[in-house]
Amino acid sequence: MAIPSYAGKLEITWYYAFRIICGIILFFLIAPIVVIIPLSFNADPYFTFSEEMLSLDPAGFSLRWYEDFFSDRNWQGAVKNSFIIAIFSTMISVTLGTIAALGLSRSEMPYKTLVMGILISPMIVPLIISAAGMFFFYTEIGLASTHLGVILAHAALATPFVVITVTATLVGFDQSLTRASATLGASPTTTFFRVIVPLILPGVISGGLFAFVTSFDEVVVVKFVGSYEQRTIPWAMFSGIREQISPTILAVATLLVIFSICLLTVVELLRRRNERQRGLSPA
Amino acid sequence: MNSSVKHSNPAAMVTADGVPLKVSLSRAKRKNKIRALLLVTPLFLFILVTFFIPIASMLLRSVDNEVVEETLHRTVPMLQGWDQTGDVIPDETVFAALHKDFVDGYRDKTIGSPGRRLNYEKPGFSSLFRKTARNSKKFEPPYQAAFIKADEKWGDINYWRVLKRESAATTDSYYMTALDYEYTDLGVRVAKADDQSIYVQLFGRTFWLSFVITSICLVLAFPISYLLSILPAKSSNLLMILVLLPFWTSLLVRTSAWIALLQQQGVINDILVSVGFLADDNRLAMIHNQAGTIIAMVHVLLPFMVLPLYSVMKTIPKSYMRAARSLGANPFTAFVRVYLPGTIPGIGAGSILVFIISIGYYITPALVGGQSGTLISNFIAYHLQSSLNWGLAAALGAILLVAVFALYILYDKIVGIDNMKLG
Repeated sequence: MAIPSYAGKLEITWYYAFRIICGIILFFLIAPIVVIIPLSFNADPYFTFSEEMLSLDPAGFSLRWYEDFFSDRNWQGAVKNSFIIAIFSTMISVTLGTIAALGLSRSEMPYKTLVMGILISPMIVPLIISAAGMFFFYTEIGLASTHLGVILAHAALATPFVVITVTATLVGFDQSLTRASATLGASPTTTFFRVIVPLILPGVISGGLFAFVTSFDEVVVVKFVGSYEQRTIPWAMFSGIREQISPTILAVATLLVIFSICLLTVVELLRRRNERQRGLSPA
Repeated sequence: MNSSVKHSNPAAMVTADGVPLKVSLSRAKRKNKIRALLLVTPLFLFILVTFFIPIASMLLRSVDNEVVEETLHRTVPMLQGWDQTGDVIPDETVFAALHKDFVDGYRDKTIGSPGRRLNYEKPGFSSLFRKTARNSKKFEPPYQAAFIKADEKWGDINYWRVLKRESAATTDSYYMTALDYEYTDLGVRVAKADDQSIYVQLFGRTFWLSFVITSICLVLAFPISYLLSILPAKSSNLLMILVLLPFWTSLLVRTSAWIALLQQQGVINDILVSVGFLADDNRLAMIHNQAGTIIAMVHVLLPFMVLPLYSVMKTIPKSYMRAARSLGANPFTAFVRVYLPGTIPGIGAGSILVFIISIGYYITPALVGGQSGTLISNFIAYHLQSSLNWGLAAALGAILLVAVFALYILYDKIVGIDNMKLG
């Protein structure tokens, strides 16, 4: 928005002041994430810039924390567990969440708000309460300290994200398409896979990414339901910060930032595709 | 029903197979309803088993008190006939029953649990039970004298009063503790002395910090959401990435970034010292206190405020402000009287969302909050993992959950749960 021609001096000052204020706030949002990237190449075991680093002396930089990360069995086990748990819990939550979203979007669905409210409550309940409940219950039924237990717990926490994103995609879904498909002789299964799935796929994928990140980033429930054998990356980071803080954490953090940039890109592309398909201009 | 009447009516519309249209339609409608419900059922059953039942059974621990009654199953019924308001301790028959319970409990190694349970109500019970149990096998009648000889607390009527009060299958004493009340030995409810009341203060602090965090988020989110909503799509998309990247970045990454920035030997203190703003021995303590919790949590939760605000501001036509100006309003009046009221749904949605997330927050306060910056969740975790007072943890959790659900319902009233959007 350009400055209107009728603006007075005060308004012009405010116009620039406002932009500076916004710049500072955006700096506050992004700076902490950017700062850890150079810090992770620190040659010294500190969490701050050394003099060598500030004078751009190559001796101040090293890849030792990355080496540490890639050679440490503790971290590598955590990476493996993180992916196993996140992938399986995403598969469960995407399957159940998508089917439920299809039901929720039908106009015949009774008590829609109530059902929706119940289905997305795992997102609202404080994690410590979910974690405590799951800890006691899963211990009783023998699921505590197993991968399966953590996978089921994460799937429960992640389903709301799938339900929300897929339901949002289905808002623009034309129900007459399924009827058209049926009158042309397609069975419900064929209709589902050849008509419904291609149309809601962007929503399903972005819901799946949300579910993946929910599990990948979750630490409270893993700490209660799982044990060292189920340690994930956040689990290892959490105990790393609490016990022996080393810049390896910053190396891991940098790798995770790169990972989240990739995820963000995929989500943005999907969102724009979805909006284009529905004839809305990309926001 | 009266379908036969309708059927005989020649004017009623009938489908090809002879069923009245109305019946046929309502049948199809019911079928569709069931089909929609069937689609939701798998997920419902899944979270019922993996989520709701676990939480419900955990919350039941906040009133569960069976351990005393179960272990002392001979003594407890006998105590019914004893008058706890008098000043005489129970008679020999009760002590004889108690002896049998102790011998059995020591053999089965179960006698420690009621001791630990009663110790929450009156300190001393745990050691009393352990000490007595060890020697109980050697006791000879009269048991009353034998028990009192083993530990004179058995002669103290107040221990008996607490034992009788807490021998019911359910108790409200965890909730009393969670709300800073206690029972006197005679069983009267009283508020705890100010220096001993922890939890009301802690709930107060949790709500206050959440309020502060929500307010700061609102103040910071408002200008950038506004900027994002008025900029042309190209530049606003670019700036939006600056909001979304933190949103998608791991919580632990952001928290460790703040530790690197805020600690005493950290980046911010180093900068302030090197520009001469601070003396080297006078570095700011910005972490492991309330300031650390507030700064890190505002950063974590800011995107949750920006996104709903932005989506509301996006729908307010720019012409409103121009119209207000052309009608003679100055920029400030136009903003307050025309623009601001339009953004209230966004303010409401964002604020409640941020507030709900803050009051249940655990990770960030646990890592950067120190003593003064911890919230109720951290105390629940403490009672679960360290003090092992699970009943109290459940009671605190139940109170927190009530608060969260009240806000959730408020959110539904203001925004509508089915309007919830992500990203």
